[in-house]
Amino acid sequence: MELIKIIDLHASIGEREVIKGVNLEVNKDEVHAIMGPNGAGKTTLINVIMGNPKYKVTSGDILFEGKSIINLSVDERARLGIFQSFQYPEEISGVTFMNFLRLAYEKMHPDKKMSVLEFGDMMVKIADSLKMDHDFLKRYVNLGFSGGERKKSEILQLSALNPKLALLDETDSGLDIDALRIVSEGINNASKKGMSIVLVTHYKRILDYVRPKFVHIFMDGRIVKTGGIELAEELERSGYEEVRI
Amino acid sequence: MTNNALSKTEPGLNRRIIEEISESKNEPLWMREIRMKSLEYFLNRPNPNFGVDISALDLNSIVNYVRPGAQNERSWEDVPEDIRENFEKLGIPQAERESLAGVGAQYDSEMVYHNMKESLKKLGVIFLEMGTAVREYPDLVKKYFMRLIPPNDHKFAALHGAVWSGGTFIYVPPNVNVPMPIQSYYLMGSPGMGQFEHTLIVVDKGSKLEFIEGCSGQNYSISNLHAGAVEIYVEEGATVKFSTIENWAKNTYNLNTKRASVDRDGTIIWISGTMGSAKTMLYPSSILKGKGARAEYTTITYAGPGQHLDTGTKVFHFAPYTSSKVDSRSISFGGGYAFYRGLVRVSESAIHSKSSVDCSALMVDDISKSDTLPIIEVMNNQSEIGHEAYVGKINEDQIYYLMSRGLTEDDAKALIVRGFLDPFIKQLPFEYAVEFNRIIDMHFNSKIG
Repeated sequence: MELIKIIDLHASIGEREVIKGVNLEVNKDEVHAIMGPNGAGKTTLINVIMGNPKYKVTSGDILFEGKSIINLSVDERARLGIFQSFQYPEEISGVTFMNFLRLAYEKMHPDKKMSVLEFGDMMVKIADSLKMDHDFLKRYVNLGFSGGERKKSEILQLSALNPKLALLDETDSGLDIDALRIVSEGINNASKKGMSIVLVTHYKRILDYVRPKFVHIFMDGRIVKTGGIELAEELERSGYEEVRI
Repeated sequence: MTNNALSKTEPGLNRRIIEEISESKNEPLWMREIRMKSLEYFLNRPNPNFGVDISALDLNSIVNYVRPGAQNERSWEDVPEDIRENFEKLGIPQAERESLAGVGAQYDSEMVYHNMKESLKKLGVIFLEMGTAVREYPDLVKKYFMRLIPPNDHKFAALHGAVWSGGTFIYVPPNVNVPMPIQSYYLMGSPGMGQFEHTLIVVDKGSKLEFIEGCSGQNYSISNLHAGAVEIYVEEGATVKFSTIENWAKNTYNLNTKRASVDRDGTIIWISGTMGSAKTMLYPSSILKGKGARAEYTTITYAGPGQHLDTGTKVFHFAPYTSSKVDSRSISFGGGYAFYRGLVRVSESAIHSKSSVDCSALMVDDISKSDTLPIIEVMNNQSEIGHEAYVGKINEDQIYYLMSRGLTEDDAKALIVRGFLDPFIKQLPFEYAVEFNRIIDMHFNSKIG
């Protein structure tokens, strides 16, 4: 079943066109990887799907569960079940992770009523599965987090909020091999629950843990080639310029 | 109580009005002399030449004394229902039962309720309406009254000295740790009036007190004035925590003076929130006069539409090994203007002193304003002084991040504001913290609860 369908999408920042005709379909519980060189516009694509107001969609459409979302605000898209993980998540001083997540959870799942205690239990379980200290939940959101902690914090949010579609932006960069394995497990568990995943990455190594059904090569604002996992392997051997041809 | 109950004075100020007030309170001559002297100062002093614009405040139309239709009672049942209801809504009788050692409640110019737990009386703690203290403990009051804030300090200290009414007197004898906070609440209920309560707190050697002051009022189309005075004497080794939320109505000019003197190894802790009023000038000051005396400030100023709030902190280091720590924050939104005016002065003799000042200002939108003016004067080279300032706009990327987690833009702003004010909010008594969060939610149309 088709979850999101992107149709000939063009988007600009200021006068400059940065997304130049993207077509992409992601079905329910599929994992897609988007690979491409620095500056190709991979992060931009994620921002445009999420509705970041810095970018303007100039033509094309994004359908989520069959309905156009390009006129919806960021939070409306989030509440439909779209989640973006950030390379550099913002710090929010004075707001604890627990309070922030509880608030976000209530917004994303208004029908599921959980007591403070039940929610706390759920969070502790997720933190354990990511091998994170429980104190983490009492800390201010992302404040003074190390690179690895930030990535884990994003996956913790992903696991707690349980969206339908996760847009993961270089979740693997800056992680040591143990952290990479733990974070990948978190993504795989989410995927097993039926979540669709679009994973943006520079490197093949995370694809040893998270196995995508499709790999898309993204260059200069558009998808230039689509294939299976073998495309990532080919890329590793010969580099982006070769693969493009 | 009083035998000739004056209901209210005519607008404006002259000797006859002051005689009326003094007479209705059965005051001793020395107090009447302070009032008369203050009047003279008031008439001869110019308005302050800095801070907010008060040219629209017509002091001749302010009614300086309004007696509520009630006596000063020791039981809430005896307070007339219409007045009691106002305090019930603020949750004060309930807080008193649950978590306070004593409560004073002032409506307009007089206290309508004042009571303290018996156990504290046995320890020798005195907690009285200020006018009653003048009559019952004249020697004690005379020793301290308007010595820290002399009537000729500035124009509104002089006005206060002339027409002060109500307020709280607390004396804590040596080596008494008052186990629960004492609270006084000030409500202004009449249009066009001035409220001038006087708070005098003396905490003797080695003792501890936490005092909470709440202020609010009903909004009217004409101006109200608040010019209270708080004098706190922290004796050797004593600690006083003084928490305030000033949430005056938006028609109010709040020109208020607060000062503490701290003796050897004593500590004053100011927790101060200014959010109400049209215009405020308020700079709680600490005079560190004994070796090792300390001052700590956690303050916030919260300026919304139509408000100009000029607040700050002043610390005077007069003795060696004194220390001060200031965390001052402001929010401005909806066209509000928050101004931080800070002063740290370290005298020549205050060697080995330490001071750190951290002031930050967050503007929520493009139409709001914020300024900081921190002044630090150090007259010796054996002290450690630190200062940090931040003035900035709310960060669009933070809002985007929170919105990507399903929060509306209003929720996101409210959450960022709450987080920014967290160091202050977590210092507040529980019911004040809840109320404060509710007010932030209301101002930002947020429903984060």
